[in-house]
Amino acid sequence: MNWTEFLAMGGYAKFVWPSFGLTLIVLILNIRAARRLHRTAREQALRRLGTGRTQP
Amino acid sequence: MSWTWFHKLASPPHFYRIAGRLTPWFGWPAFLLIVIGLYGGLVLAPPDYQQGEGFRILYVHAPSAWMSMFIYSTLAISAGIGLIWRIKLAHAVAAAAAPVGAWFAFLALATGSIWGKPMWGTWWVWDARLTSELILLFLYLGCIALRASIDERDRADRACAVLALVGVVNLPIIHYSVYWWNTLHQGSTITKIGKPSITFDMLWPLLTMIVGFTLYFGAILMTRLRAEVIRRERDATWLREELAR
Amino acid sequence: MGLVYHGDLILAFRRWEQIAQPVVFFAMITTLVPLALSPELAQLRQIAGGVLWIAGLLAALLGLEFLYRADYADGTLEQMLLSGQPLALLSLAKTAAHWTSSGLPLVLVSPLLAISLGVPTDAMGVLMISLALGTGILSALGAIGAALTLGLRRGSVLLSLLVLPLAMPALIFGARGVDMAIHGDSARGPLLLLGAMLVLSLTLSPLAVAASLRISQE
Repeated sequence: MNWTEFLAMGGYAKFVWPSFGLTLIVLILNIRAARRLHRTAREQALRRLGTGRTQP
Repeated sequence: MSWTWFHKLASPPHFYRIAGRLTPWFGWPAFLLIVIGLYGGLVLAPPDYQQGEGFRILYVHAPSAWMSMFIYSTLAISAGIGLIWRIKLAHAVAAAAAPVGAWFAFLALATGSIWGKPMWGTWWVWDARLTSELILLFLYLGCIALRASIDERDRADRACAVLALVGVVNLPIIHYSVYWWNTLHQGSTITKIGKPSITFDMLWPLLTMIVGFTLYFGAILMTRLRAEVIRRERDATWLREELAR
Repeated sequence: MGLVYHGDLILAFRRWEQIAQPVVFFAMITTLVPLALSPELAQLRQIAGGVLWIAGLLAALLGLEFLYRADYADGTLEQMLLSGQPLALLSLAKTAAHWTSSGLPLVLVSPLLAISLGVPTDAMGVLMISLALGTGILSALGAIGAALTLGLRRGSVLLSLLVLPLAMPALIFGARGVDMAIHGDSARGPLLLLGAMLVLSLTLSPLAVAASLRISQE
């Protein structure tokens, strides 16, 4: 596969690559945001409830 | 057929665990399908007769647009379920889905606009689909803003549910009126976006991307839902045990 | 229900500013356009339909906030909820009162403003009808927004954000109808569609408002 041709995208490179790049960024951002939300919720809950391990 | 499995699912501790287990089952296939779809769309699919290589933007634009609409229906349906049957989990789904849907609407607009530049020469065109997408973004932002302004969670849930239902009822009216408005003004060279004559080698990567994006949404939704469930279950003991694991 | 309608009207007419403000706002926006664009009537006539409709919409939005606020503040709303009267009917009465005190004045003033934008006299009828229907739709839709945002800080901004997307279809057909009339064509199509939208919103809005009021009052 001819890399130069591929990257050039028939002259449309400066439209195609930013589109795909932006999409990738948004997808990754959402993954990180979701994970961060979960982590923060866990931490806050733990702080509120204590570690929960009571001695028998 | 008993409904116990359903009630079990909707019970927070069970749901939390199941969601956790489901996430990789959504996530990894999503990743795989998106990679395959990207390869198919960027490398394998032949260039379009009219638009050349530029049409490849379709492979991120169309799935984003599809997701923005699919997620809005999910939002409306879960909000409706939460409102009518008072199922807290349904409200959580609506809350978790809204921001993701808004992001996809934004993506659809951005990629659509970028695609438009080489095709129509301008960064923006009041094309029927783009305009509808923009209004959909406004609807999403309204939902998110309303939820953010109400402090009491219960009131926020139900208010957003009403808004989502009102929005979903209006959506066909909006689509129709925008389409009508657009056909009035036969602009100079407004070719419809995304309508290259589709052959199978062009189609399968698109479908793969759409399925991949949908599974991706599933994974994100599961994670956000778990966070929602934790936040909503204030003093439950199961939570303490679950988190201490 | 009639009592609510009358009561609201009496209240509204006592506070002249409540009625006057949207009207003045309407006039002002309509003045901004020539100032910003051009004094050429020929040019203004081209965009008159859209300008009048946008100005009318925004002015009608202004009046929405007052719809339930006073009742919420002084406990009348609670009374209404407890009264056992169908809340949807009460809401319909209030919406009607709102339109009479807010939308109707805008409709009546519109021909004067239209003249300033070069609109020919034979288009006035269509203009007024379309605005009457449009402000009616906005009263119905806006009531939902007002009920949802009751008592929230910065509720009015949020209210506009929520209501405007829903009002866009009406704007499309209304402005188009006026444009058609200005060009001498029959505006029946858009007007009928506006009418249909009004009927739809009057039927569904009270239900949504009733639900929203119960939610907001908790």
